[in-house]
Amino acid sequence: MEIPYTVHTRPDTGLYNAKLGIWLFLASEVMLFGALFTTYILLRVGALEWPHGSAILNVPLATVNTVVLITSSITMVMSWASLKMKAFSKYRMYMGLTFLLGIGFLIIKSIEYAAKFEHHLFPANNTFFAIYFTLTGLHGLHVIGGMIVNGYLWGPGSRMWKTDPERFTNRVEVAGLYWHFVDLVWIFLFPVLYLL
Amino acid sequence: MSHSPSGTAADHSAHSHGPDGHHHESFLRKYVFSQDHKVIGIQYGLTSLLFLLFGFTLMMMMRWQLAYPEQQLPALRFALPFGVVGLIVLAYSRFRPGIHMVVGTAIVLLGWLVYWLATDEAMMPGGIMLPEFYNSLGAMHGTIMVFLGVVPLAVGAFGNYVMPLQIGAPDMAFPKLNMMSYWVYFVGGVVMLVSFFVPGGAANSGWTSYPPLSHIATTGQTVWLFGMIFLITSSLLGSVNFIVTVIQLRAKGLHFMRLPFFVWAQFVTSFLLLLAFPPLEAAGVLQLMDRLAGTSFFLPSGLVISGELLPNTGGGSPLLWQHLFWFLAHPEVYVLILPAMGIIAEVIANNTRKPLWGYKSLVYAAVFLGFTSFIVWAHHMFLTGMGTAISSFFQTTTMIISIPSVIILSAFFISLHGGSIRFNSAMLFALAFLPMFGIGGLTGLPLGLSASDIALHDTYYVIGHFHYVVAPGTIFALLAGIYYWFPKITGRVLNERLGKVHFWGSFVCMNVIFFPMLIQGLAGVSRRLYDGGAQYAHALDVLYLNEWMSVGAWAMALFQIVFIVNIFRSLRSGEAAKENHWQATTLEWSAAPTPPVAHGNFAKVPEVFRGPYEYSVPGAASDFTPQNHSG
Repeated sequence: MEIPYTVHTRPDTGLYNAKLGIWLFLASEVMLFGALFTTYILLRVGALEWPHGSAILNVPLATVNTVVLITSSITMVMSWASLKMKAFSKYRMYMGLTFLLGIGFLIIKSIEYAAKFEHHLFPANNTFFAIYFTLTGLHGLHVIGGMIVNGYLWGPGSRMWKTDPERFTNRVEVAGLYWHFVDLVWIFLFPVLYLL
Repeated sequence: MSHSPSGTAADHSAHSHGPDGHHHESFLRKYVFSQDHKVIGIQYGLTSLLFLLFGFTLMMMMRWQLAYPEQQLPALRFALPFGVVGLIVLAYSRFRPGIHMVVGTAIVLLGWLVYWLATDEAMMPGGIMLPEFYNSLGAMHGTIMVFLGVVPLAVGAFGNYVMPLQIGAPDMAFPKLNMMSYWVYFVGGVVMLVSFFVPGGAANSGWTSYPPLSHIATTGQTVWLFGMIFLITSSLLGSVNFIVTVIQLRAKGLHFMRLPFFVWAQFVTSFLLLLAFPPLEAAGVLQLMDRLAGTSFFLPSGLVISGELLPNTGGGSPLLWQHLFWFLAHPEVYVLILPAMGIIAEVIANNTRKPLWGYKSLVYAAVFLGFTSFIVWAHHMFLTGMGTAISSFFQTTTMIISIPSVIILSAFFISLHGGSIRFNSAMLFALAFLPMFGIGGLTGLPLGLSASDIALHDTYYVIGHFHYVVAPGTIFALLAGIYYWFPKITGRVLNERLGKVHFWGSFVCMNVIFFPMLIQGLAGVSRRLYDGGAQYAHALDVLYLNEWMSVGAWAMALFQIVFIVNIFRSLRSGEAAKENHWQATTLEWSAAPTPPVAHGNFAKVPEVFRGPYEYSVPGAASDFTPQNHSG
């Protein structure tokens, strides 16, 4: 017996399984990052002095990175929309762009990290750097996770387009939801760490 | 009556998967890396039962130290029973590969581990327990019982096996994810076991791992944190799977108010796991950063330990850990109790032969309980000096959350009224659950009020309270569930006579172990004392109880041997189960063959026409009307 609603939506819930699954997973991710942001607030409120992010972090680079990630979210939507319009080669282009933008984000991030390490700024220096490295590091891991999925869907995973196009489109949609979430986390991280 | 016609020909041996099972699957795919929810449920069940046994043994070693402080621990007396039980199980295997072989070997190996721990010169010089080792045993007892024993058994095993059958689903929504959550849990368990072998031994800062104590702890604490991250990941994957399955895969006609209460309980539990565990994962990451990268998330400035200033920069807050930890760990209490209530509901309705009283209020109470469990956590922290305003808030929410628990328990009690009760082993455990959980719950009230908590905080009263909730509470419910669903799962019935010996022995022993704790706690004896309180004048009057409790614990172990032997004996030669053995109404009994077939579960997709507990309906053909009965 096949498991129902893997591709089509269940009429009374209006969802297919994976879409509900990813939303639930994202809910748990909200709690994960929520706890870390709470940690940030509590540490900052309890601190005698707290450095202004823009004084020690590279705001221009982070701004570029914000643009990079937002653009990658757009290309992600475009890749899904291309599949909806049955334009597979367009999908490949947009998904490839999303992946490259992810790499771009990681490169810029590692330039930032390298500069900090060069100046002997490590998590152990003070609680600001501790939370900075923990939050951005964990976010970076999420970006890498998303890129593994996106890379798979661009490469070997895309074979499914021939056998089960509808299911493949759903997969891209689900990966997209996750990717937007990772993007959203950064949109919170950027002002909190760099600007406030 | 609409019994499922298929499955009557099913072979009643332990591994039978019915006539239409998958013949082409390799052994590994079928039994090890299986994606079938029933096999995964059994894997969860056996693994968690073994961990329960091991966690229980750690406690029995602690109880030796408490009863006879600093006397040589007789290692053989603790390890040999494992060998004997393991050999009995192996003997039932008739030396052919199979479930008996695996479990028998695992029990013998556990016995070896216990012997190794009890004779390790670094921790037990001359057979006398070091205080550090006592702390280790305490921390690991808590961790193993909660995260590797009770929750995986209640959710991983029962939830996985029974829930899809009860909602008429062919499997879980994501079978691969289901397999992954078991194996991630398994790795987490192995990591926890390995931590006993690292220098300095396993984690020894309590299952709560409060910093700064946990910060200066030995390597075992780091291993513990890694183990926890595995366990948390596993339950996250599992909870997503459970929620999607309940929402998406319900059979036709099975709308939410027709779900068996067991499914509701699993559903709410999954939300708790999904939303409460991530903050602990975050806290675990932060503590790892503190221990490995030298940060100070949980370390205050100017912390001096043993006359030396800690090199960390400080600026963090130990209380932050407590908040993040209890934000998980209080909902975790409801993760422990809700599935137990779900099992009790099924067993009571079935064995009183009448509908569950107040089904709707039970459901609303469970949902309300789930919500409120997120806003009570700081009642574990009344003595941290967080202020009376915050304490008042949390004591108020704590009083509020007792209301749904009372509603659920009352509904169960009222359900008994006027029923013609069948006193089988499952029902005995379920009946004992009610007063035992009642004691556990009521003793919690003085702890939830910030004024009376001042006297009781961190005493044995607390230990008595939560053990009454979890041990004769949840674990009795889980045992009831095992006796109840064993015929469904294996096609054989557990021996009733051995079952009753198991029940009465456990029932008496549980109270011998835990009631004296309440007395000791009221006398002011603190928890976590290496010598059981011998150095305190106020404890001397109640010190004799330590030996009572220890003897109770060891006697309890003997009655569990009866249970283990019963399982493996019945599996081999027990009475064959009938289709719908307990004449139940829910889908797992009335629509699926016994034991259920491999992938697919149902011969034909069941359709549901009525509520879950239509027992003794006036004018019906029999005293039970299955949910899929259309007439």
